[in-house]
Amino acid sequence: MSAKNINRRDFLTVGAKLGVAGLALSIPLSGCVPTDIGSAVQQAAKLTDSATKSYAAVSKAWEDITPEQEYYIGRTIGAVILEKYKPYPNKTANAYLNVMGQSLACFSDLPELFDGYHFQILDSTEINAFATPSGLVFITRGMVRCCQHENALAAVLAHEIGHIQLRHGIQSIEKDRVTKAFSILAIEGTKSFAQSDIASLTATFEDSITDITSTMINSGYSRAFENDADGAAVTTLRRVGYNPQGLVDMLQIMGQQLQPGGLDFAKTHPAPASRIENVEGLLAGSALQAPSTAQEHRFTAAMKGV
Amino acid sequence: MGEQFSVQVRDGQVRNKPSFLGSVVATVHYGDRLSSLQVKDSWVEVKAGATSGWMHISSLTDKEIILNANAQQVKQAASSDELALAGKGFNKQVESEFRRQNRHANFAGVDQMEKYRVSQKEMEQFLKEGGLRPQGGTV
Repeated sequence: MSAKNINRRDFLTVGAKLGVAGLALSIPLSGCVPTDIGSAVQQAAKLTDSATKSYAAVSKAWEDITPEQEYYIGRTIGAVILEKYKPYPNKTANAYLNVMGQSLACFSDLPELFDGYHFQILDSTEINAFATPSGLVFITRGMVRCCQHENALAAVLAHEIGHIQLRHGIQSIEKDRVTKAFSILAIEGTKSFAQSDIASLTATFEDSITDITSTMINSGYSRAFENDADGAAVTTLRRVGYNPQGLVDMLQIMGQQLQPGGLDFAKTHPAPASRIENVEGLLAGSALQAPSTAQEHRFTAAMKGV
Repeated sequence: MGEQFSVQVRDGQVRNKPSFLGSVVATVHYGDRLSSLQVKDSWVEVKAGATSGWMHISSLTDKEIILNANAQQVKQAASSDELALAGKGFNKQVESEFRRQNRHANFAGVDQMEKYRVSQKEMEQFLKEGGLRPQGGTV
């Protein structure tokens, strides 16, 4: 492969073509459920049609959002999530989660992000997990409790990393918004933005954040995206040396614990049974090693209080 | 000399072999322009100053990243696939404005989360102790 024209996006496309990272890149229906994050800005600043039309040639979309911009989008989504859920302050458990997550991320298809990956347990008994485009991964105590061993917890993190590497969050942003943002950028000719441009960009930014958080928290990704993230997780788990059967084990426990009609994974994810069917198809024919005793000991030690 | 790449992560590590388990031989920064020597799977061997080593392709872009773009470069970038602008679009200034309008968003929690940093040594120890043998590296 020539180095020419390989950038991060091309790299991901190549990965997808090779079947490493899942295949579907269809745009999901973005969440249209209103959230409570500031509608004031949205109302205060609207782009004029003329400004948009002036730069109609600027037809950029989410593919052109740089990792640096993803970083600011991701930080803000993280801040919205941490407004809704309190961080769980157990240092031992979070340290263990971060070293495991970093080990998985390094062997994913997208090991490098602008500021890297960071993992956090949330103090909630809901069964849920979230990942921002910039590499912030959140997992609730309720979700940790669905994991009976290290392989299972690794599977949850690998699934969330899968959403990041496949850019599912960013694809939840309505394309028009990104085009608007780039239009503002094209208008701007000086080193610092005028206050009106900042207001317009912030309004577009806020709408983009709402698109993503609505999808993650309220409506969920498409079934195809969830299956693709499971596929990416199986690949990553295998590369690190984890038994990907952990994903099935976790889904089985989750299936027993999810409350029908609940506002967590029950609402935003396909039924565990259908995901198990998909994952078992990916595991067929592979030799699975037994979990190591050392893994079990450290998992129990780190997560006993969670 | 090979093709030119730009570092698209805040801090990038150049390693002595194409693996995250390789030793770090140099550190490079956002926007640094590097020449490639060869590509192997998902890794690019780059020349970084007097030394050379390997970086994962996801830390690089073939676009030129302009750190302090002037008016002409901003306009140029809008219609070009070869330029990317640092610090433009959704940036720190936009985040600040968002924070001003959304006082309850917990950015302090995010700042705290970003302090979690895992060293290569910690990762190697974690893999070794857990009996995990990743593909593409020996621990």
